[in-house]
Amino acid sequence: MDKRTNQEWLDDLRGQDQAQAIEDLRRTLKKGLLYALSSWINNDLEAQVEDFVQDAILRILDKLDSFRGESHFTTWAQKVAVRVAFTEMRRKRWKDISIEDLLPEDSGDFTPLALSDPSPDPEKRATQASLLKMIEDIMREDLSERQRTALLAIMHGGMPLEEVARRMDTNRNALYKLLHDARKQMRNRLIERGFSTDEVLAVFENG
Amino acid sequence: MKLSTATVRKMINSVKSTRDQELTCDQCHDELDRFIEMKISGKKASEAMPLVQEHLDRCQDCREEYEVLLEALKALSK
Repeated sequence: MDKRTNQEWLDDLRGQDQAQAIEDLRRTLKKGLLYALSSWINNDLEAQVEDFVQDAILRILDKLDSFRGESHFTTWAQKVAVRVAFTEMRRKRWKDISIEDLLPEDSGDFTPLALSDPSPDPEKRATQASLLKMIEDIMREDLSERQRTALLAIMHGGMPLEEVARRMDTNRNALYKLLHDARKQMRNRLIERGFSTDEVLAVFENG
Repeated sequence: MKLSTATVRKMINSVKSTRDQELTCDQCHDELDRFIEMKISGKKASEAMPLVQEHLDRCQDCREEYEVLLEALKALSK
């Protein structure tokens, strides 16, 4: 690992030794990403990592003033590089998939859904159906359409927050806040209707 | 397409873990380098920074990035 202090990194990246500092940083980030992403990328790992590192260095130089010095500089820089890599990997992985592809049918007007795998026990099946109806009612009545869409795309469709945000013309941070509000709403409505989350979970345990 | 019990469980579990005060993804990202260095040095990062740990438990995007960052830093320490 590079032996520069944090201040030396900052000075070198801003000063006359910038070219050498960038080269040292490039080598460091590349080594970390090559190792860490080897199980995530099957094709052209080295070329893709080179691209991530190039983009990351531009981002790091742009954000140098935001480095608070609470960790090693290389840890902070690697964190930025990982974010850059994942943003691109997620964009590629999900590029041909729309949110609509991931939503349950008829979720536009949120007509009642059913379980694809209800319990074989008739009594439990009836309880599941009744609780599912309650959850659907809460989602329809207490959540906005954006909250419902995002929640289902993530929970049902498995789409990363970042990609849902891109499609909803917002950003990951704002979407997280939107979903946090949605979860709080659902929690409060369940309590008002006399149910704890543990009780609901017990009904859906093992189908 | 219908919902599976797994999806319902996932949704209710996320409701269950909801706190009034949570870190957003940006706030978690801001703290992640300090959190991960504590973790690597064997300190109890989860106890020292519980809101970061809770966010990582809840947010798959941030958790994936945390796990890969941990691997990358391991490579650098070799």
